[in-house]
Amino acid sequence: MELAVNVRRYDPEAKEPVPYWSEYKVEVDEYTTVLDTLINIREDIDGTLSLRCSCRSAICGSCSMRVNGHAQLACKTRVSEIAPDGGSVTIEPMGNMEVIKDLVVDMNPFWDKVKAVDPWLQPEGPEPEGEYLAPNEDMLHLAGVMGCILCGACVSDCTVLEVDANFLGPAALAKAYRFVADPRDSQEKPRLDSLRQYSGIWDCTRCMECVQVCPKGVAPMDRIMAMRDLAMNAGFDKEIGARHTDAFVELVSHSGRLDELKLPVKTVGMFNIRAMQSFAPVGLRALVRGKMPPIFHKMVPNVENVRRIFRKLEPKK
Amino acid sequence: MLEHDVLVVGAGLAGMRAALAAREMGANTGIISKVYPVRSHSNAAQGGINAALVDRGDAWEEHAYDTVKGSDYLGDQDSIELMCQVAGEELISLEHMGVIFNRDDEGRLGTRAFGGQRRARTFFVADITGQAILHVLYEQLLKSDITSYEEWFVTSLVMQEGKCCGVLAMEIRTGRVYMIKAKSVILCTGGLGRVFEPSTNALIVTGDGIALAYQAGVPLMDMEMVQYHPTTLKGSGVLITEGARGEGAYLLNKDGERFMERYAPNMMELASRDVVSRSETIEIAEGNGVNGSVLLDCRHLGEKLIKEKLSQIYDIGLDLLGIDITQEPIPVQPGMHYQMGGIKTDIDGLTSVPGIYAAGECACVSVHGGNRLGANSLLDTVVFGHRAGNHAAETYRGTEHESLDVEGLVEQEEKRLAEMLSRGANGDRVAKIRLDMGTAMNAHLGVYRDENGMKEALDTIQQLKGRYATVPVEDKGRTFNTDLVFDLELGLMLDCAEAIAVSALERKESRGAHSRTDFPERNDADWLKHILVTSTPAGPEISYSPVVITQWTPEERKY
Repeated sequence: MELAVNVRRYDPEAKEPVPYWSEYKVEVDEYTTVLDTLINIREDIDGTLSLRCSCRSAICGSCSMRVNGHAQLACKTRVSEIAPDGGSVTIEPMGNMEVIKDLVVDMNPFWDKVKAVDPWLQPEGPEPEGEYLAPNEDMLHLAGVMGCILCGACVSDCTVLEVDANFLGPAALAKAYRFVADPRDSQEKPRLDSLRQYSGIWDCTRCMECVQVCPKGVAPMDRIMAMRDLAMNAGFDKEIGARHTDAFVELVSHSGRLDELKLPVKTVGMFNIRAMQSFAPVGLRALVRGKMPPIFHKMVPNVENVRRIFRKLEPKK
Repeated sequence: MLEHDVLVVGAGLAGMRAALAAREMGANTGIISKVYPVRSHSNAAQGGINAALVDRGDAWEEHAYDTVKGSDYLGDQDSIELMCQVAGEELISLEHMGVIFNRDDEGRLGTRAFGGQRRARTFFVADITGQAILHVLYEQLLKSDITSYEEWFVTSLVMQEGKCCGVLAMEIRTGRVYMIKAKSVILCTGGLGRVFEPSTNALIVTGDGIALAYQAGVPLMDMEMVQYHPTTLKGSGVLITEGARGEGAYLLNKDGERFMERYAPNMMELASRDVVSRSETIEIAEGNGVNGSVLLDCRHLGEKLIKEKLSQIYDIGLDLLGIDITQEPIPVQPGMHYQMGGIKTDIDGLTSVPGIYAAGECACVSVHGGNRLGANSLLDTVVFGHRAGNHAAETYRGTEHESLDVEGLVEQEEKRLAEMLSRGANGDRVAKIRLDMGTAMNAHLGVYRDENGMKEALDTIQQLKGRYATVPVEDKGRTFNTDLVFDLELGLMLDCAEAIAVSALERKESRGAHSRTDFPERNDADWLKHILVTSTPAGPEISYSPVVITQWTPEERKY
């Protein structure tokens, strides 16, 4: 089966360095991976094509790139899955990172963010003579996060990083979780205290892209949400994100549906004049376009049932 | 000026362990790797790390005996004793650093069974043990103030008056060459899998350190001992962990027979790797295979165990073959996996050349002899990486760097690279030469070998060296020129290939992974000795070194 592989190229040493496309025709079979085709191209057709790759079995994390628009490990993606009847595939470098050459991107900011979460175990007290005792379930749970190979796919497709380069991002935050959730680590609270700040756990918009593209099932967003819970339980509940969460729960548990007028007010606080003022233009635009939520909020019918659910779910205090 | 007391080349387990040790000893330490540290091939070690823990009723002597026997008595028993004695300590220190080993019901470290060993002493993290340890050592590297040169390729060792005093290296991103001065250089560059085709090894595993040391005049030892892993995926050659058999998976032939019963009635599928690989090769050759492979059957292990402890190979089956291993057996065959031999070192990682150390797969202490036991490689890396780091830091404490003509050296190296880049197209390609080498090595230096085949392979290598001298590099740029990197790697691999073929031709017996159809028996009278190969202007030169025997007299090896 013949496949057309369209690769986005970039040569910084060209006279006018602008991205361009190269199309290659390669033979593939049922088991050919995207990486196989790229290696084939590099070895037999065009030696100038640069990419990172090494293990060919989804463990080293080198070959993340965008395949048909989404970040994937090229070695883990079989061509027959994405182009079952031949045709073509599109290969681009990862997003949210500067391109150095062809499919090679600058990962230095990525590593800097990993380093920024103090990613090393910090136990308390003198080391025991033998191992630290720890429940196997905890270790199995952590193995799920430790499965992260730092390939960068989640960062490539993170929609928050697209608009705010300061966001620590899903990979670094998943790494942080690995320590927050490690029973041997003594710094859970200070770690959460630092992670709840700007650019941390509250900056995720829960778009699910990272969960979708992660080739190792690490589900970074779920780890970020778990840390939100842990942070709130640890008493860090004054962040705007935490207040938003609390307000959301309170409003829905009261009337069975969200009161969209009260939500922002409760989140920022009635007496936060500056924030309240900043809502005015949004409110006006909503009014003009007929999208203003009703002034008189109605409860859903049989709201008592909703409240009962909430009472049941509410952790005992 | 870039300079360090200790410079470690390679940032896998051995390299990072060595760098951390050297830094802890107070040395100004640098580590240089052609890839980001977490991309290193230590990642691929799935199954685990061996250690005999006394408080589990195990004894280091037991572990040492299994290792000696596994080595087919070619391992040096003093080095093996040392490795097995400190294994527990090293294991616990990894746990203290943060490795999330699987636990038993009491929360203590749990074990699994592994090949060639009479009891379960393999500690593990699911089937990502290497990755889990590699990432934790990387965490420690980030915590330290060690200078890390990432995506830098070492092109030469710099020698002055018989001592190594640093390296020349290319920053891959810019293509610029730098000299990094060092009082000692620890080579931790891993194996040489790409010398063979196919191999379970990653594309970066090109024997760089082995060849750099060889070119600098350091003898290589046991180079003929190349391990073929019994379970690599048919076709792609991707590794299927021995942990699968450790957890109880069967090897079946086309009749569904557990054929290992005929070859190793006691240990069955868990006999030493050389034994299982030979048995599979015979089965396939005698027509008992299935399309040139045998079958690995995990079905009876149950979905829960497979997904919990063998999740990675579950994924590999699905991703690469579209086979669900809980429902169907997978086709496997022996595949080149590990180099037992390497740069000859003492137990402190020191080679015969001052300033050059080595540890991990590129080194040969020798603890693996003719055949390495599964899960002894991770142990080797941390034990001897640690020791090399300590010793290197200590040896040159308080000494000065050599004075060198740095600019001249850099200029000369840049000229060499420029010449490679300037070659015009001649129809040949780096990848073609690599493939011809790999195919020849696999055909003639694989599971079974004989004189004629090996001579043919050596001839091929000599011819390929000729082609290598003029092969063009297609990419002429400086920025992230992977084409140039491959060309440099190919030159290093050809030296490794030559050393393997020359050593293998020399050993006229069958021992461990070296099985000759023309000399099928082990011959202790003549060949219970190490073969060393040294590069000289007149070509490779062979010499010998005695095997150290402390408490285990060689006897017939049965599993």
